[in-house]
Amino acid sequence: MSSTSSSQMGQLVADKHVRYILMAEKKKESLESVVMDHLRMNGAYWGLTTLDLLDKLGTVSEDEVVSWIMTCQHESGGFAGNTGHDPHILYTLSAVQILALFDKINILDVGKVSSYVAGLQNEDGSFSGDMWGEIDTRFSYIAICCLSLLKCLDKINVEKAVEYIVSCKNLDGGFGCTPGAESHAGQIFCCVGALAITGSLHHVDKDLLGWWLCERQTKTGGLNGRPEKLPDVCYSWWVLSSLIMIDRVHWIDKAKLAKFILDCQDLDNGGISDRPEDAVDIFHTYFGVAGLSLLEYPGVKAIDPAYALPVDVINRIIFTKNDC
Amino acid sequence: MHGRKRNAALKPEEEAASASEALELRSLQSQFMSNHHQKIYTKEAIQLSAKLLEINPEAYTAWNYRKLAVEYNLDSADPSLVNSILHKELEVVENALKRNLKSYGAWYHRKWVLSKGHCSSLDKELQLLNKYQKLDDDIKKNLVLRNFHLWNYRRFVVELTKTSEQDELQHTTDMINDNFSNYSAWHNRSVLLSSLIAKKADGFTPKETIRREFDYVHNAIFTEEDDQSGWFYYLWLIDQTVKMETSLRASSWPSDGSTIILSGPGCFNGSYSSSKFTTYCSESGSFPLILYFDQAVSGVSSSTVTIDSELKSNEDLVWEPVPEKNSQVSCVWVARLKFDSTEPVKVKVSLGKSREIVSSTGCNLSTPYEFVFTVHIYDTVGESQEGTVSWTDGFDYLDAQSSKDLNSLMALNQLKADTGFEWRKQAIKIEIEQFRKLPDSKFGKLILAKLLMAEETTISDDDAVKGVHYKEILQLYNDLMALDSWHDQYYKDEYSVALLHKVTSSTEFLSRHLFRYRNMNNIVCLRLNNLTLSRIASVEKLLFVQMLDLSHNKLHSAEGLEALQLLCCLNLSNNRIKSFSALHSLRHLKQLRVLDVSHNHIGGKNLVDTTRYLCSLSFPNSGEIGREVPSKYRDAYLVLRDLMKLKQLDIRGNDLISGEEFSSFVSQVVPTLVWLDGHKLAS
Repeated sequence: MSSTSSSQMGQLVADKHVRYILMAEKKKESLESVVMDHLRMNGAYWGLTTLDLLDKLGTVSEDEVVSWIMTCQHESGGFAGNTGHDPHILYTLSAVQILALFDKINILDVGKVSSYVAGLQNEDGSFSGDMWGEIDTRFSYIAICCLSLLKCLDKINVEKAVEYIVSCKNLDGGFGCTPGAESHAGQIFCCVGALAITGSLHHVDKDLLGWWLCERQTKTGGLNGRPEKLPDVCYSWWVLSSLIMIDRVHWIDKAKLAKFILDCQDLDNGGISDRPEDAVDIFHTYFGVAGLSLLEYPGVKAIDPAYALPVDVINRIIFTKNDC
Repeated sequence: MHGRKRNAALKPEEEAASASEALELRSLQSQFMSNHHQKIYTKEAIQLSAKLLEINPEAYTAWNYRKLAVEYNLDSADPSLVNSILHKELEVVENALKRNLKSYGAWYHRKWVLSKGHCSSLDKELQLLNKYQKLDDDIKKNLVLRNFHLWNYRRFVVELTKTSEQDELQHTTDMINDNFSNYSAWHNRSVLLSSLIAKKADGFTPKETIRREFDYVHNAIFTEEDDQSGWFYYLWLIDQTVKMETSLRASSWPSDGSTIILSGPGCFNGSYSSSKFTTYCSESGSFPLILYFDQAVSGVSSSTVTIDSELKSNEDLVWEPVPEKNSQVSCVWVARLKFDSTEPVKVKVSLGKSREIVSSTGCNLSTPYEFVFTVHIYDTVGESQEGTVSWTDGFDYLDAQSSKDLNSLMALNQLKADTGFEWRKQAIKIEIEQFRKLPDSKFGKLILAKLLMAEETTISDDDAVKGVHYKEILQLYNDLMALDSWHDQYYKDEYSVALLHKVTSSTEFLSRHLFRYRNMNNIVCLRLNNLTLSRIASVEKLLFVQMLDLSHNKLHSAEGLEALQLLCCLNLSNNRIKSFSALHSLRHLKQLRVLDVSHNHIGGKNLVDTTRYLCSLSFPNSGEIGREVPSKYRDAYLVLRDLMKLKQLDIRGNDLISGEEFSSFVSQVVPTLVWLDGHKLAS
């Protein structure tokens, strides 16, 4: 299939998105920002990865970001969503991912962080999000992705972790958050990503899941996350990256999806929304750009579908020798 | 973050209101943080956290704080106060859920509270859930019907209260009857039924259950054609009908009743005639024993597979899974048998007596699988030949239609027609009749195609009607390509699968593609070129193939070819292969001597690699690849270095790999290579 041609379907207003992200970063006291205060670490990951994909990571102050990240680290080794909040595996991954972007993982006490993450594995192979014990396959993915970036995967029982993920496989080929839970594209991304990183994709029925995933494409060209739901730009990432990891991405119409994502841009103020004409936010801006990267849109760096980080960052990490 | 309209800039009054709201929330958060860090759990402090969570249920630290507060207060509390402490938490959760019915923090807090053993409110929990799911307001209802937090929480409560699966099944029936478009309810139904069938519960035999469910789902799919929920459930039912739940199917090479002739290295010279299907060229006097299972299995070893023959030195045979060495789970298993006799030898292989060969879903062989074959040596003169293999001339049609050898090679271990089987065939037949009556629609055609494919798998190979459906199946997929063009690549892949099933369904069809290649002692070549194939299938029927032409198709990956362990000559030229990682399956074809991947798209720029993670070597320890391998050739290195017998390689017409640099790289990595791109390499 020919690669997407920007002249046919509207353009990616990359500069506007860069400006949108940089401005949002500064608006710490807006209502929207205060409400999302607790997940600033995630927001930083979304914003900074988008900047890197558009080759503009240099526009932020690396030192400022890195020193703020370190203020979010808890004595347990885990990271919080923002200074003063409690640690959680969600924000620990984002912290490690951001440091990976800046090639600054070496400032961490890797042993401490990896022990925090590894300590969250339960006997059945599942992972809790934090000391309070919520279990979800999202956390399995996070643990595996994080420890893989830190080169410490052998600190957990990988076989049991895979076993637990496989126990969440459903009869439609998809995965849910816990055994018996309904298939959902976000959970599918997490499970497929975790299986990919651990070399365990043979557990996935690629044809069955691939078909379920390709049927997420709606008449708008966009993808939804489950049958009979509305399309949303964030699924351009979760569905698309899953399809790529199992080599079934040719089953959707890529050009139509790219057009949908581009239609979700705010061409005046920058930023991307969940659906055309909706309010933009950093979350959807990131997923829109990441989706376009997977669709090989020109001017966007390649992103790794399993680690959700630029390919050059992953290659740099995976092909160096520093073991845990 | 979702579903909010993009507004014009706020008016000054709105700006001011928003700013003051922000300040209030900021102040609330600060106070809360201070209480949290100082571990203050007074009534006022706790109330403050409730206020925060009511406004912002996503402030996860506040939920943690409340758990700490509960534990602190429970410690010192009067037993009579325990209930009210926990009850208060449930109230806070309900308020938070009013704000956001999808709040992970709120739902988990509720679970955490109930797990504390606050039993008295458990019965009320199910009632509460039922109340949510019966809301009259349409918008609220839609929000709730598919809310997976609600369904997950329901499963949690069901387990705590030990509600029966039959009761829960009735609940899904109520939900579906109320509104067919409820994928969540159908999903739950499939989980409950699977469990009831597996437990052999009363009234839930596969036969009764599947019949009931087909009738039930017909209501949904025949009345609301556009709604997907019923269709996915229906496909699951077809799958359940066709699969013998606990049984594996197997095939092997050598096959039962065959005679294998081992020839020395000169086997590709000369022109002695013998059955070409069963001659195997072996330089070392050993030959592979290949087992293929229709599901990935573990447990294949010298203790579960017994070999009974006069061949010596074959104790403790090592069985290796192809391709996943690390995981010990695979559809394809190979061992090498040494042949050291001058006389023909009969070999009997049996497996399945123990239940140790098992798939990850718990299936094993229902009856022991046995096959017997004869091996003998045919001494040939001379060294192996030096000339190149041409794919365009030197081929003669091989009339193999009535070949006994071919027949035995293609026989898959057939399912015995036991009592469990007839009702399955009948059920599929009934469904096919129903679907033929439906008007043309995407799902109608797709389901019919899948039903016809399913029926084909129930027809045994020697039945005269075998293969009768394929023409219709192929037509249906053509129709679908036009009807649903966005998914045309999916239908093209399905078409390819059906086409290969057809080609391998009988010796009549297969023999149309079999040729003899004169220049290699009339070795049998399977020619599947120019068939618009976009993927490979039916490999279990082709384990005997040594020379394969797949050129001029639309393949983008070599996935599936790893099963063809006897392959020595392979042509993949003029396909759509975009990278060496797409060829990673070829690493496992240790017998490969001749490989043609010319005129593909290997090495284009900015490619998204869709096969990187399917190859278990995608992230080798850096010790495995020397630093002298340029990163752009890494994928090529990983494939080529394992091909220790490769003599002829053709890579012309690909972006990455033209020119001197790659040529010299290849000759280093593949020392056995004699011919590259049609030229003899300087030795």
